[in-house]
Amino acid sequence: MSTAVRPRRKSSWTPSQIVLTLLGAAVSVVFLAPFAWGLFTSLKSETEAVEVPPHWLPKHWTGQAWKALFDTGNITDWFVNSLVVSVCVTSVVVLVSALAGYGFARTEFRGKGLLMGVVMSGLMVSPAVLGVPLFTTVQQMGMVDTYWGMILPQCAPAAMVYILYKFFQGIPHELEEAAFIDGAGRWRVFFTIVLPLSRPSLAAVGIFTFIASWNNFLWPYMVTSNPDLMTMPNGIATVMNSYGIQWAQLMAGGLMAGLPLIVVFVFFQRQIVAGVAHTGLAGQ
Amino acid sequence: MTTSAETVVVPARTKTAAVSAPVRHKQGFQHGGWFVAPFLALFTLFVIWPLLRGVYLSLTDANITGAGESFIGLDNYREALKDPLMWDALGHSAYFTLLVVPCITVLALLLAMLAHHIERGKWLWRLCFFAPFLLPSTVAGNLWQWLFNPGTGMINHVFGGDTPWLTDTSYAMLAIVVETLWWTVGFSFLLYLAALQSIPGHLYEAAKLDGANAWHRMVHITLPMLRNITGLVVALQILASLQVFDQAVVMMDFGPGPENATRTFVQYTLEEGFTSYRVGYASAISIIFFVIIAAVALARMWLLRNREEAAR
Repeated sequence: MSTAVRPRRKSSWTPSQIVLTLLGAAVSVVFLAPFAWGLFTSLKSETEAVEVPPHWLPKHWTGQAWKALFDTGNITDWFVNSLVVSVCVTSVVVLVSALAGYGFARTEFRGKGLLMGVVMSGLMVSPAVLGVPLFTTVQQMGMVDTYWGMILPQCAPAAMVYILYKFFQGIPHELEEAAFIDGAGRWRVFFTIVLPLSRPSLAAVGIFTFIASWNNFLWPYMVTSNPDLMTMPNGIATVMNSYGIQWAQLMAGGLMAGLPLIVVFVFFQRQIVAGVAHTGLAGQ
Repeated sequence: MTTSAETVVVPARTKTAAVSAPVRHKQGFQHGGWFVAPFLALFTLFVIWPLLRGVYLSLTDANITGAGESFIGLDNYREALKDPLMWDALGHSAYFTLLVVPCITVLALLLAMLAHHIERGKWLWRLCFFAPFLLPSTVAGNLWQWLFNPGTGMINHVFGGDTPWLTDTSYAMLAIVVETLWWTVGFSFLLYLAALQSIPGHLYEAAKLDGANAWHRMVHITLPMLRNITGLVVALQILASLQVFDQAVVMMDFGPGPENATRTFVQYTLEEGFTSYRVGYASAISIIFFVIIAAVALARMWLLRNREEAAR
């Protein structure tokens, strides 16, 4: 990781550091224990998983739950569906909200104030608040049980426009003006100057959109009933539960659904924290 | 549900660049419209239109097939106000919010301070506290349903006792709250962590020179500097918690919990719409819910503005 390049200040083990580190370790154990419980359960046989009293480590380690997951389930389909939906949603959201954020922050057009107000009020509307009317709208468009129906309604997050709007307002005007004087147009300035400058903010918006979309349960749950079209969280929650819960297999499936994002976070966590600070979400 | 940053913040008052107006004017005054057009198209189709459609449907007796709905005026709203199940569901969502919001705010702050002050292995603490948030809600729900299982789960085994967590009315919601704290605290933790990192170091150095101890530094510098972010965390958590759905239904096997004790508002809306097929009625209670959420968001805006004016 890029952290290694930076010369590091040597920190010393003062008494307060020792106490804090021990405290941190204790809290971390609590946070990680449920993961460990899920992982160990997935490596037990189904009968051992439901033994009373429960025990942490499997007496007989077995990969049968993982094998059964791949043999019987549609887990690979769900994985691909999740990937398609999340990648599409993220690309559209980043592009569309960057354009809109810039438009609201830096250009003038008739009715801007009014439209901005309308978009801000959209912060209060989500599939949780208006799920049923949203479903009937999507139904009217004939998009129930399609990729379109899963993807497009997730592509209008007012919150992301607002975050980028705030960020674009902070870019110094001088940068754009120099380019205007050289004869560059709005679009050219946007793509060659503004977008490259905004990379950390765009990354933060992209990562949070990807997390939200990968983990989204409610909307895909409403709009699909076809197991072939389900995403990971939905397939696992609805299909696997419907056979009567097989805990070892359920835990294996859950870990598979959670793993990709955890890997992404391990590699990008510095950028994620920096992005949160950078977008002004935290620093306002 | 907690991931969506559905917040309402006061419109930023930044310097609009009057200085550069001539240059900007020359560069196509109307161009701006094209920048926002793609977003507005999606926004109109999937936010504005459903909202308007919801208002219309709420005045009809529409069912899920969409065939032959007739206008019935305010009957749905009249029925809703007298519907004990709706009030119960609203109560459950409110109760959940009251329990979750204070706990999560304090917990996120403490975790962020811990991760901020430990000098070694920063990435490890971040990962540990944030990792649960990276799990899909259904997976986190299943995991805790399994942990809370009275006989085969680890909670009763580790802490002793045989509490019927998921099947007793007085414990069911608590179990969901505990799961939610573990699952979602990472998001607020990250906001606090970023805010802590952005406090200028010279403030602390100056205070140290003046002889302030660690406690004074926290009370007089850290906490006041975190006031805005706390406002944001609380607002985001209130809006997200009122909309709780995923973890509650997953932990209760897609049912409303023991004696309906965990049926939340969103769940009730969806049951009316998709299980009872009463789209008109479901739309009416959705609109009522929208009004409640909007009221909370506007109240926050109003409070913020008052505070800003007081500060001036």
